[in-house]
Amino acid sequence: MTVRELTEACGFAPIVLADPDRTVSGCYVGDLLSWVMGRAQQDNAWITIMTNVNVVAVGALADVSVIVLAEGVKLTQPVVDCAEARGVNVVSAKVPAYEAAVLIHGAI
Amino acid sequence: MSEHLSFHYSVDGDNFVSAGQASVQVKKNLRELGIAPEVIRRVSIAMYEGEINMVIHADGGNADVDVYEDRIVITLDDHGPGIADVTLAMQEGYSTANESVRSLGFGAGMGLPNMKRYTDDMQIDTVVGVGTKITMTIKL
Repeated sequence: MTVRELTEACGFAPIVLADPDRTVSGCYVGDLLSWVMGRAQQDNAWITIMTNVNVVAVGALADVSVIVLAEGVKLTQPVVDCAEARGVNVVSAKVPAYEAAVLIHGAI
Repeated sequence: MSEHLSFHYSVDGDNFVSAGQASVQVKKNLRELGIAPEVIRRVSIAMYEGEINMVIHADGGNADVDVYEDRIVITLDDHGPGIADVTLAMQEGYSTANESVRSLGFGAGMGLPNMKRYTDDMQIDTVVGVGTKITMTIKL
Protein backbone atom coordinates (compact mmCIF):
# COMPACT_ATOMS: atom_id res chain seq x y z
CA MET A 1 0.00 0.00 0.00
CA THR A 2 1.26 3.48 -0.82
CA VAL A 3 1.34 6.48 1.48
CA ARG A 4 -1.36 8.15 -0.60
CA GLU A 5 -3.62 5.09 -0.37
CA LEU A 6 -3.02 4.80 3.38
CA THR A 7 -3.82 8.48 3.88
CA GLU A 8 -7.14 8.09 2.07
CA ALA A 9 -8.03 4.73 3.64
CA CYS A 10 -7.46 6.01 7.20
CA GLY A 11 -8.95 9.47 6.68
CA PHE A 12 -5.71 11.23 7.58
CA ALA A 13 -5.15 14.81 6.43
CA PRO A 14 -2.14 15.25 4.16
CA ILE A 15 0.35 17.90 5.36
CA VAL A 16 3.30 17.08 3.11
CA LEU A 17 3.06 14.35 0.49
CA ALA A 18 6.50 14.72 -1.03
CA ASP A 19 6.70 11.07 -2.07
CA PRO A 20 3.09 9.77 -2.04
CA ASP A 21 3.83 6.61 -4.03
CA ARG A 22 6.18 5.26 -1.40
CA THR A 23 5.22 1.86 0.01
CA VAL A 24 4.14 1.59 3.65
CA SER A 25 5.02 -1.56 5.51
CA GLY A 26 4.38 -1.84 9.23
CA CYS A 27 3.95 0.82 11.84
CA TYR A 28 5.93 2.18 14.78
CA VAL A 29 4.67 4.38 17.61
CA GLY A 30 7.00 6.48 19.74
CA ASP A 31 8.08 9.96 20.79
CA LEU A 32 11.62 9.43 22.07
CA LEU A 33 13.61 10.15 18.94
CA SER A 34 16.60 7.92 19.59
CA TRP A 35 14.27 5.11 20.53
CA VAL A 36 12.52 5.57 17.20
CA MET A 37 15.83 5.54 15.35
CA GLY A 38 16.83 2.37 17.17
CA ARG A 39 13.61 0.47 16.66
CA ALA A 40 11.55 1.78 13.74
CA GLN A 41 12.02 -0.14 10.51
CA GLN A 42 12.54 1.27 7.06
CA ASP A 43 9.17 1.99 5.33
CA ASN A 44 7.21 1.99 8.61
CA ALA A 45 4.48 4.54 9.19
CA TRP A 46 5.72 6.37 12.30
CA ILE A 47 3.09 7.72 14.68
CA THR A 48 4.18 10.50 17.05
CA ILE A 49 2.96 13.57 18.88
CA MET A 50 6.35 15.31 18.67
CA THR A 51 6.36 18.32 16.35
CA ASN A 52 9.81 19.93 16.50
CA VAL A 53 12.03 20.08 13.45
CA ASN A 54 14.11 17.10 14.60
CA VAL A 55 11.13 14.87 13.89
CA VAL A 56 11.70 15.53 10.18
CA ALA A 57 15.39 14.65 10.45
CA VAL A 58 14.58 11.43 12.30
CA GLY A 59 11.91 10.54 9.75
CA ALA A 60 14.37 11.09 6.92
CA LEU A 61 17.27 9.25 8.53
CA ALA A 62 15.29 6.30 9.87
CA ASP A 63 13.77 6.20 6.38
CA VAL A 64 10.17 5.78 7.49
CA SER A 65 7.60 6.08 4.70
CA VAL A 66 5.37 8.61 6.47
CA ILE A 67 5.17 10.50 9.75
CA VAL A 68 1.66 10.36 11.21
CA LEU A 69 0.99 13.17 13.70
CA ALA A 70 -1.53 11.87 16.21
CA GLU A 71 -4.07 13.85 18.27
CA GLY A 72 -4.25 16.52 15.57
CA VAL A 73 -1.00 18.16 16.70
CA LYS A 74 0.19 20.87 14.31
CA LEU A 75 3.53 21.61 12.69
CA THR A 76 4.85 25.15 12.42
CA GLN A 77 5.49 26.40 8.87
CA PRO A 78 9.30 26.10 9.10
CA VAL A 79 8.92 22.41 10.02
CA VAL A 80 6.52 21.89 7.09
CA ASP A 81 9.05 23.62 4.81
CA CYS A 82 11.80 21.36 6.14
CA ALA A 83 9.72 18.22 5.44
CA GLU A 84 9.07 19.44 1.90
CA ALA A 85 12.76 20.19 1.35
CA ARG A 86 13.80 16.76 2.59
CA GLY A 87 11.06 14.87 0.78
CA VAL A 88 9.48 13.50 3.97
CA ASN A 89 5.79 12.57 3.94
CA VAL A 90 3.76 13.92 6.88
CA VAL A 91 0.05 13.41 7.54
CA SER A 92 -2.22 14.37 10.40
CA ALA A 93 -4.58 12.11 12.35
CA LYS A 94 -7.21 13.61 14.65
CA VAL A 95 -7.31 10.44 16.73
CA PRO A 96 -4.83 9.39 19.47
CA ALA A 97 -1.79 7.26 18.62
CA TYR A 98 -3.41 3.95 19.55
CA GLU A 99 -6.43 4.56 17.34
CA ALA A 100 -4.22 5.76 14.50
CA ALA A 101 -2.21 2.53 14.80
CA VAL A 102 -5.41 0.47 14.72
CA LEU A 103 -6.53 2.31 11.56
CA ILE A 104 -3.14 1.70 9.91
CA HIS A 105 -3.17 -1.95 10.95
CA GLY A 106 -6.59 -2.36 9.35
CA ALA A 107 -5.51 -0.65 6.15
CA ILE A 108 -2.17 -2.30 5.36
CA MET B 1 45.83 1.67 -5.10
CA SER B 2 42.33 3.05 -4.78
CA GLU B 3 41.24 6.55 -3.95
CA HIS B 4 38.72 7.09 -1.21
CA LEU B 5 36.10 9.79 -0.81
CA SER B 6 36.04 12.08 2.20
CA PHE B 7 33.30 14.36 3.45
CA HIS B 8 33.88 16.86 6.23
CA TYR B 9 31.23 18.63 8.29
CA SER B 10 31.31 21.12 11.10
CA VAL B 11 28.56 20.61 13.70
CA ASP B 12 27.19 23.72 15.45
CA GLY B 13 26.89 23.58 19.22
CA ASP B 14 23.56 24.12 20.92
CA ASN B 15 21.68 24.23 17.63
CA PHE B 16 19.00 21.58 17.44
CA VAL B 17 17.50 23.13 14.34
CA SER B 18 20.56 22.63 12.18
CA ALA B 19 21.47 19.31 13.82
CA GLY B 20 21.01 16.58 11.28
CA GLN B 21 22.12 18.65 8.30
CA ALA B 22 25.41 16.78 8.06
CA SER B 23 23.68 13.41 8.37
CA VAL B 24 21.10 14.27 5.73
CA GLN B 25 23.89 15.48 3.43
CA VAL B 26 25.83 12.25 3.99
CA LYS B 27 22.72 10.30 3.15
CA LYS B 28 22.40 12.17 -0.15
CA ASN B 29 26.07 11.72 -0.99
CA LEU B 30 26.00 7.99 -0.26
CA ARG B 31 22.84 7.58 -2.32
CA GLU B 32 24.59 9.23 -5.26
CA LEU B 33 27.46 6.79 -4.83
CA GLY B 34 25.02 3.89 -5.17
CA ILE B 35 25.53 2.53 -1.65
CA ALA B 36 22.84 0.04 -0.50
CA PRO B 37 19.85 1.71 1.24
CA GLU B 38 20.17 -0.32 4.46
CA VAL B 39 23.85 0.68 4.76
CA ILE B 40 22.94 4.32 4.16
CA ARG B 41 20.31 4.08 6.87
CA ARG B 42 22.81 2.67 9.38
CA VAL B 43 25.47 5.27 8.55
CA SER B 44 23.09 8.21 8.69
CA ILE B 45 21.42 7.16 11.97
CA ALA B 46 24.79 6.51 13.66
CA MET B 47 26.05 9.85 12.45
CA TYR B 48 22.91 11.74 13.51
CA GLU B 49 23.14 10.31 17.02
CA GLY B 50 26.74 11.47 17.13
CA GLU B 51 25.79 14.91 15.85
CA ILE B 52 23.07 15.24 18.48
CA ASN B 53 25.51 14.16 21.20
CA MET B 54 27.97 16.85 20.11
CA VAL B 55 25.17 19.46 20.12
CA ILE B 56 23.89 18.40 23.55
CA HIS B 57 27.16 17.81 25.37
CA ALA B 58 30.13 19.28 23.56
CA ASP B 59 29.15 22.61 22.01
CA GLY B 60 29.60 21.12 18.57
CA GLY B 61 32.52 19.46 16.86
CA ASN B 62 33.70 17.94 13.62
CA ALA B 63 32.36 15.01 11.66
CA ASP B 64 34.24 13.21 8.93
CA VAL B 65 32.97 10.44 6.71
CA ASP B 66 35.43 8.41 4.66
CA VAL B 67 34.13 6.01 2.05
CA TYR B 68 36.52 3.19 1.12
CA GLU B 69 35.96 0.29 -1.23
CA ASP B 70 35.09 -2.10 1.60
CA ARG B 71 33.95 0.16 4.45
CA ILE B 72 32.65 3.53 5.58
CA VAL B 73 34.39 5.20 8.52
CA ILE B 74 32.68 7.97 10.51
CA THR B 75 34.89 10.03 12.81
CA LEU B 76 33.35 12.43 15.32
CA ASP B 77 35.71 14.72 17.17
CA ASP B 78 34.82 17.24 19.87
CA HIS B 79 36.39 19.34 22.58
CA GLY B 80 33.57 18.77 25.04
CA PRO B 81 33.74 17.60 28.65
CA GLY B 82 34.65 14.00 27.81
CA ILE B 83 32.85 10.91 29.10
CA ALA B 84 33.73 10.04 32.70
CA ASP B 85 32.35 6.48 32.64
CA VAL B 86 32.10 4.98 29.15
CA THR B 87 30.56 1.71 30.39
CA LEU B 88 27.75 3.63 32.06
CA ALA B 89 27.28 5.89 29.04
CA MET B 90 26.89 2.79 26.84
CA GLN B 91 23.97 1.51 28.91
CA GLU B 92 20.58 1.96 27.26
CA GLY B 93 18.57 4.50 29.23
CA TYR B 94 21.51 6.24 30.92
CA SER B 95 21.62 9.93 30.07
CA THR B 96 23.03 13.15 31.50
CA ALA B 97 20.92 15.33 29.18
CA ASN B 98 18.89 18.11 30.80
CA GLU B 99 15.14 18.62 30.83
CA SER B 100 15.03 21.01 27.86
CA VAL B 101 16.85 18.46 25.72
CA ARG B 102 14.44 15.75 26.86
CA SER B 103 11.44 17.90 25.97
CA LEU B 104 12.67 17.83 22.36
CA GLY B 105 12.50 14.04 22.39
CA PHE B 106 16.22 13.44 22.97
CA GLY B 107 18.08 12.38 26.09
CA ALA B 108 16.56 8.91 26.22
CA GLY B 109 19.96 7.39 26.78
CA MET B 110 19.90 5.60 23.44
CA GLY B 111 22.42 7.65 21.47
CA LEU B 112 25.65 5.74 22.06
CA PRO B 113 23.87 2.33 22.15
CA ASN B 114 22.27 3.14 18.77
CA MET B 115 25.65 4.15 17.34
CA LYS B 116 27.02 0.78 18.41
CA ARG B 117 23.93 -1.07 17.22
CA TYR B 118 24.15 0.32 13.69
CA THR B 119 27.90 0.03 13.15
CA ASP B 120 30.24 -2.94 12.90
CA ASP B 121 32.89 -1.37 15.10
CA MET B 122 32.93 1.62 17.43
CA GLN B 123 35.92 3.03 19.28
CA ILE B 124 35.58 5.74 21.92
CA ASP B 125 38.65 7.76 22.85
CA THR B 126 37.72 10.20 25.56
CA VAL B 127 39.56 12.30 28.11
CA VAL B 128 37.61 14.17 30.77
CA GLY B 129 38.08 17.90 30.30
CA VAL B 130 39.70 17.48 26.88
CA GLY B 131 37.19 15.91 24.51
CA THR B 132 35.92 12.81 22.80
CA LYS B 133 36.74 11.12 19.52
CA ILE B 134 34.46 8.38 18.27
CA THR B 135 35.38 6.25 15.28
CA MET B 136 32.69 4.06 13.77
CA THR B 137 33.15 1.58 10.93
CA ILE B 138 30.48 0.06 8.75
CA LYS B 139 31.51 -2.73 6.40
CA LEU B 140 30.34 -2.65 2.81
